[in-house]
Order: sequence, then structure tokens, then C-alpha cells
Amino acid sequence: MSARETILARVRASRTRPDEAAAKRAVDERLAGHARHLLPARIALDHAGLVALFAEKAGAVDATLETIDDETDVPAAVARYLRGRNLPAEAAIAAHPDLDRLDWQASTMTVARRAPEGADRVGINRPLCAVAETGTLVFASGPQSPATMNFLPETHIVVLRASEIVGGYEDAWDRLRAAGRGQGPALPRTLNLVTGTSRTGDIEQILQLGVHGPKFMHILVVKD
Amino acid sequence: MTIHHVTSSRFKEQSHAALADAVLQGNLTRMRGNFLPRRAKVRDGLPEFDDLRDAGIAIKKHTIAHLDLYLEAFEAAVAATGGTVHWAADAGEARAITLSICQELGARTVTKGKTMVGEEIGINPYLEAHGITPVETDLGEYIIQLADQPPSHIIAPAIHLNRAQVGQIFADHHPHLKGRVMEDVDEMLDDARGVLRQRFLDADVGITGANFLIAETGQTVIVTNEGNGDLTQLLPKAHIVLAGIEKVVPTLEDATTILRVLARSATGQEMSAYTTFSAGAARPGDPDGPGAFHVVLIDNGRSALLGGETEDILRCIRCGSCLNACPVYGKVGGHAYGSNYSGPMGAILTPALAGMAEAHHLPNASSLCGRCEEVCPMRIPIPKMLRHFREEEMKMGLAPAAARRGLKLWAKLASRPALWRRATSLVTSVLGAMGRRRGRFSALPLSGAWTATRDLPAPQGKSFQSQWARRS
Ligand code: SF4
Repeated sequence: MSARETILARVRASRTRPDEAAAKRAVDERLAGHARHLLPARIALDHAGLVALFAEKAGAVDATLETIDDETDVPAAVARYLRGRNLPAEAAIAAHPDLDRLDWQASTMTVARRAPEGADRVGINRPLCAVAETGTLVFASGPQSPATMNFLPETHIVVLRASEIVGGYEDAWDRLRAAGRGQGPALPRTLNLVTGTSRTGDIEQILQLGVHGPKFMHILVVKD
Repeated sequence: MTIHHVTSSRFKEQSHAALADAVLQGNLTRMRGNFLPRRAKVRDGLPEFDDLRDAGIAIKKHTIAHLDLYLEAFEAAVAATGGTVHWAADAGEARAITLSICQELGARTVTKGKTMVGEEIGINPYLEAHGITPVETDLGEYIIQLADQPPSHIIAPAIHLNRAQVGQIFADHHPHLKGRVMEDVDEMLDDARGVLRQRFLDADVGITGANFLIAETGQTVIVTNEGNGDLTQLLPKAHIVLAGIEKVVPTLEDATTILRVLARSATGQEMSAYTTFSAGAARPGDPDGPGAFHVVLIDNGRSALLGGETEDILRCIRCGSCLNACPVYGKVGGHAYGSNYSGPMGAILTPALAGMAEAHHLPNASSLCGRCEEVCPMRIPIPKMLRHFREEEMKMGLAPAAARRGLKLWAKLASRPALWRRATSLVTSVLGAMGRRRGRFSALPLSGAWTATRDLPAPQGKSFQSQWARRS
């Protein structure tokens, strides 16, 4: 008997299910149903309330936030932020159409449209959406959003649209499924829920930021 | 059905050594002051916390009742994303599968995210014996790997060390420091980051554990704060996931509900920095990601717990709360348990998976004060299971004679309510008066052997029986 058969046989021997067909149906329905459980009351807000909650929660996990009125102002805002931190105006950038159509050169930014490499200090990425409940960004990997962009560069810059801010994680799953990316080969290889910067407490439980992932996270929320 | 390198039979000697170790005692005191207050604060910020616990328990119970069906669904969903599921009935099979995947890729170095089941099956020494170098990348795991020590806490593996000790370990193992002992924690972090960054880029295979397996999508989920588990799986040629069969949940919604209590219970965060859902290999056109994806589903004694007295331990989400709350763990630390699983959950899981002959001392490493069950997000009845193991120990004749006599006396009292009432009301009031100031005792008359190694929580108010008598 293969290990697979052995394990399944052991499990089955311990389960007493009066109606096997009904059990199988219940499992299939559960897998297809996506039923939600209890949701925290804190996300029962209108959209403006969710945007404010997202800002508060992201701030609490050491991200900085700036609201931008018009997406054409994004390159200037990025350049300003990097100047403020004394960093060169260079970044690796996700090959995302929303970022491609911006005029980076006009803001003297040098951007490399590719996955980040070891030497890149700044990475710019676009998330699928953001969860207000805990200030969490949701990134779906693919040609337009390298997963390594969320981890390799020390400074993580995120261009988010206000309309992409949702209440709970469940709303993010619905967006993923609505985009046809909820299952099988269409599922993103990596779905990253990122809440603030990289951190550790492994030495004397002293909080330290930027262990392996980014030390700085800057979120530009573009009104739309 | 084994746990790698269990020395639980030496619990007594090991705990005495821990109590005599002044540095360790200082490090444990710091630990006790940190975790629980943070958990309490974040819990107060979510009024639904207890209801979410109950929802999480219902999810786990449903899944375990249909475990075979969800495992099959998970396997099919992984295949649909281009990944491969392997089944391992025991630790030996899991090691062999992992090695053969590494060998097929000609791997020489392997990076690792933190995986408790990896510790359980002893994957590191096995890979090393076959010429493959495993590199732990979680900072705490990296430190103890350099020091050649087992983890002392399931979520904070190096909690037993202080910064001076870490500085010395780095000085001993990082040649570029030329023996210099760093004192600044930030500097130590930068140093480790630099060393590990290169390891990430060099590795051929990345191995992680899993906090969840999602049957609906075939995703494996890890919850981390450093980002090491992500670089571990994104940069090499292949990502291998080691996971116990009990990690499966039906849907994304189910995982989400349990996630809401996991980080809060573990580190007192609302959400860990990185919750990562991995599915299959990199897709065509993806700019990054591993070239292959393998999930090793590990039984290693878990299926034998189904339907038995300890089935509920399969709900454990490895948050570490019970360790943080346990007065015994807080005094002796993790290493005394002689198992990768320590504290209250370890006192169940170790004998459950490794057998009573190896670990029958551990269920006695408890005052049955009940705090573990109180803080456990999955409300696992740990004290009840500890009592079960103690009964087993008596039946098997493994308990020392003195303990058998003591328990006989206790049983005699307990089975005669009038006598019990007289004895305990006296004890309760005396203890209460003595311990009132600090809420716990470090020494009691007539029980030196017990309190020499444990703080007994001071009884608060009247005994349960006398309160019950007044109410009814
Ligand atoms: S037994 Fe409960 S408290 Fe302990 S680690 Fe498991 S889930 Fe957490």
C-alpha cells in the first residue's frame, strides 16, 4: 500500500460517518460556497470610513502614507519622498500598465521595469487591493507584479487607488475570484498579504524593523 | 512515528539544570513579562475575539471530521496549479522524499523558513548527512542553528538567549568579525541580514512549513514577520513545503477566520507582517518565483490520535500562547522538555507522537492550573489530556513510586467530598493569606519538592466547592 493509501485508510478507519454520500456533498458544497464567518464590527463602515481606517492601521505598523489627488502626480510624490530620505531617484518598478503610463522622467526618476535585484534599494509595486481591517496590502504575483518587489528592496513604495481599499480579507478574496484568478492555473503563484514593514523580536524581544524584508514602506493613496 | 532527538525522559535533570542557570532565569523572566500583556491588549481591541475563537474551533472540528475528503480535495487543487503532493506516513518517509527532490535538482544548499514539523522529522541533520547544507533563515532559528541548539519556544526559538550570548555566537561563527563580539542589537541584525542575503541568492531549494493548507485552492500559507520565508521560497529553483496533515482547512474564508486569532495569540499583533499564500510553480511569464512546488503531507502519528482522547490537540495552530501562560514553562524554559514541542502543547504532542515510554514525564510538568486552556485560541482542553496521560502512566507502571503514593492520597481525598472539603478549605485559606501579596508563591511549607521548581498560583477567594455550596 502506498503512503497515500495508508494515511487515508487510517483516517477513514477513525471516522464514523453514517451517510458517506451526504458527507461528500457537504464537503463539496463547503468548498464551492465560500461562506463567510463572523466579521469584526470595526469594518462596518462606508467607503470614506474604510479609507480612514486603512490609513490608521497602516500607520500603526510603521508605514507612511500620502494621499494624492491625481495619478499624474505620483512620480513627483515618489521623487519627493526619496529626496526626503536622502535616497537617489532610482527604483525598480513593476511592469504594470498603471505605472507604465506615468511620466517618470519628468520627475527626474530613473525606473527599471523588472523584478528587483540584490542592489536595488527601492521598489515600486501595485497591489490588487488593500484591507482596512488591519492596514494590510494584498499583492497578487504575475507579470505585472513581481512578488520579490515586496521583499528585496529596503524601501517598498506602493501605489494604491482609494477605490481598492476594502473592509475585510473576505472582500479581497471576492475581488480575486471576480478577476477570474481564484483557482487553478489562473491563481497567482504568490498572494502576499503585507502588513507594514519587516520586523523581528528574536533578540531579547526588542522590536527591530527590516530584517529580511523592507525597513520602510510608503503608500501613495490615489483618489479615484 | 518519532520525534527527532527526544530527551524528555531526562526532564527532571534538565529542569533542575535550567533552574540553577542564573542567565537562563533572567532571560525567562524577561519573556514572561512580554508576551501575555501584549496579547491581552490586542485582544481587548477586538470585541469579537472570543466568538472568533469559537468560529475557528468549529472550522477545525468540521475539517477533522472530514479530514480524508479535504486532503483529497487539497491534493487535486495543488495538481491544478501545477504543483505536486507527496504523502509521508512517517518521519523517515518525509525525510527521504525531501532529500530525493533536492538530489534530483542537484541541490547543494537549501534555505529554510521556520518549520516545526521540519524539526520534528529532523530534516536538517538528515540533509547534512547527505551532503546538502541547510541554512535556517528566521533570525531566531539561524542563531540556534549556529549554536547547535534546539528551539526553546515554538514561535521564539532563541528566547532563552540574551544579546550578549547572541553576540558571542556571531563572533564564534562569522569569520568576517574576526572574533569581535557585537553589543548593539541593530548591528547584530545588520550582520545577520548581510550573511543571509547571500545565502538566499545562492540556495538551490527553499523549504518552508505551513500554517494552513487550503483545500479549495491548493495554496499553502505561512505567517511570518521577517520576510525570510518569502525569500526562501521565491528565489531558489524549487519550493518544498513540509506540513502535518492536520493543517488543512476548507476555504480562504475559513483560513481568514483563524488568522484573526492567530497573530493576536502568538505575538500580540493584529496581523503578522507577512501572510503568504503559495500555489504551484511560477507561471509562464512570471518575473520571479520557484520553478517547482512540492508539498509533503506528513502523518507521523497524527492519524492515530483521531477518535482518541487527544484528538483535540490536532486543532493546535502553534501560536505559543500556552507556553507563555504556563508557570512551569516560565520557570524551566523549553529545553528542559527535551522535545521540539515544549510547554503545555508539547507535554501533549510529545507523548502523543513519540509515545509514552519516551515522554511520560512531561504530562507531570504541570500544576493543572488551567491557564493554558484559558488562553488557547482553539480552547484545547490541555489539562484534561494531561490527566489522561497521567492515568496512562500509572496504568503502564511508569510513574515513580513516590508519585503513585502521593496521587493515591489525593485520589482518596478527592473521592470523599467531606474530607476533601475540610482539607482544601484549610489549605485554600492558608495559601490565600500567604500568597496574597504577589498572587503566587515561590515557597510553601510541607511541599518543598514541588515549590522548589514551581510557582504555585495563590488561590483567589474561596474554593470552588465552597462557592458552589453558597450558590445552590
Ligand atoms: S495548544 Fe493552543 S495555545 Fe498552545 S500552541 Fe496550540 S493553539 Fe496555541
